[in-house]
Amino acid sequence: MSGRSIRVVRAGALTTVQDTGRPGYAHLGVPRSGALDPGAHALANRLVGNEPGAAVLETTLNGCAVRADTPTTAAVTGAPCRVTLNGRPVAWSGPVAVPAGGVLSLGPAEYGVRSYLAFAGGLAVDPVLGSRSTDLLSGLGPEPLTDGATLPLGPARPVRPVSAPTLPWQAPPAELVLPLLPGPREDWFTDGALRTLATGTYRVSAASNRIGLRTEGPALERAREEELPSEGMTLGSVQVPPDGCPVVFLADHPTTGGYPVIGVVPQEALDPTAQAVPGTPLRFVLRRRRAAPGRN
Amino acid sequence: MRPLPVGDHGLLIELDDGEDVGALHAELLRRRAAGALTATGEIVPAARTVLVTGIPDPAALAAELPRWQVPPLAPTARQVVEVPVRYDGPDLAEVAELWGVTEREVARIHSGTDFRVAFCGFAPGFGYLTGLAEHRRVPRRATPRTRVPVGSVGLAGTYTGVYPRPSPGGWLLIGTTDVVLWSPEREPAALLTPGAGVRFVPETAV
Repeated sequence: MSGRSIRVVRAGALTTVQDTGRPGYAHLGVPRSGALDPGAHALANRLVGNEPGAAVLETTLNGCAVRADTPTTAAVTGAPCRVTLNGRPVAWSGPVAVPAGGVLSLGPAEYGVRSYLAFAGGLAVDPVLGSRSTDLLSGLGPEPLTDGATLPLGPARPVRPVSAPTLPWQAPPAELVLPLLPGPREDWFTDGALRTLATGTYRVSAASNRIGLRTEGPALERAREEELPSEGMTLGSVQVPPDGCPVVFLADHPTTGGYPVIGVVPQEALDPTAQAVPGTPLRFVLRRRRAAPGRN
Repeated sequence: MRPLPVGDHGLLIELDDGEDVGALHAELLRRRAAGALTATGEIVPAARTVLVTGIPDPAALAAELPRWQVPPLAPTARQVVEVPVRYDGPDLAEVAELWGVTEREVARIHSGTDFRVAFCGFAPGFGYLTGLAEHRRVPRRATPRTRVPVGSVGLAGTYTGVYPRPSPGGWLLIGTTDVVLWSPEREPAALLTPGAGVRFVPETAV
């Protein structure tokens, strides 16, 4: 051990270690997990000179505070918040030099939900199946942070300066608009259900978490009432439980499920869901499947 | 074989029964290993379906699938995992009553069955094992237990499963094993992987 580490002063409501997750194990029942806002995660790492996939902290709504045991460089991205070092304001979305014993504190999210805190060298907790991510559904990876916990840091690389204008950041939208490709089980719903989904206004429910973005709004009516045998679920699947309110599956979603999926939100359109606060209006926009092959 | 669209790059392939699922799953893995199938995502078998993600052109694959020659599952070619078990579960008597046999006979029937891991889900390393006949179907508990101990061997529907860690659960519990079902340090981490054969071996004669 190099002795490089950070100590948790204030864990916050829910702060977890996240990297790019553990895809490739869904057939064993392992969720992919990983940072909910991949852009903010990669940017935080870039600002401190890490590989884009290094492990960082993901906060939820009310930030966190940590003490660095050794001098390090840190950066906060994602949901904007007041960042202080030993009580003095420092940059959000820029590298911050933290001296040994320095306490870096992230205040509540001013808007959005999740801030990302990266340290040079990355968090070096033991990986599980190639990832250091906390998986809240199945309990793989490190426990969510608790006050007083210590997390090791990896060896830092020299930081290359990043100029501010090259760092675009998209603020969380006032309204979440999610494209939706119908299927695989749209025929388990009435014709009216797809119309309701495409024209109704939903709101992001306070019950949302890393497993799924839950919604409140007009219920979707099933055309088939029998039980659906468990089938594979993918990131962005819009599953409809018996209450009729669609749930958009996020990183920690179960790998199989027994409620029908009316449509799928393409992965590249999911990033804003990470920053949608409860109550955010949400619309689904039906998209017909592209005919041409060859995208990735 | 009915391929259903899943987003831009996925297919959910629906089949007639679990045997066909196992056969297609094996064929998909063979083709991917041989470089004949481009699927950079997951291949997830389930009860009646196989989900394939990360397909560059799902429409082309969907059109091609019905022409595939998929050999049926060859039971002898399968690796068989032996799971030592004590038939001491709290629901053993209930299962015996549902089946209309003695508790000892439940153990004999269960340990005499050739199981196959149809798919995993619910928790890392939890396999849904098929092999019990349709007339052995049992319901789930009306009220799930809040905590089922690790290693519990349970029944639900015609499936058998072993809890890889303590968790809530509604399966009828007929036995216990000390075998480690899930260990991330092991390759593969799951003892029971889709397609594997499984035999339950009683620790004491039944």
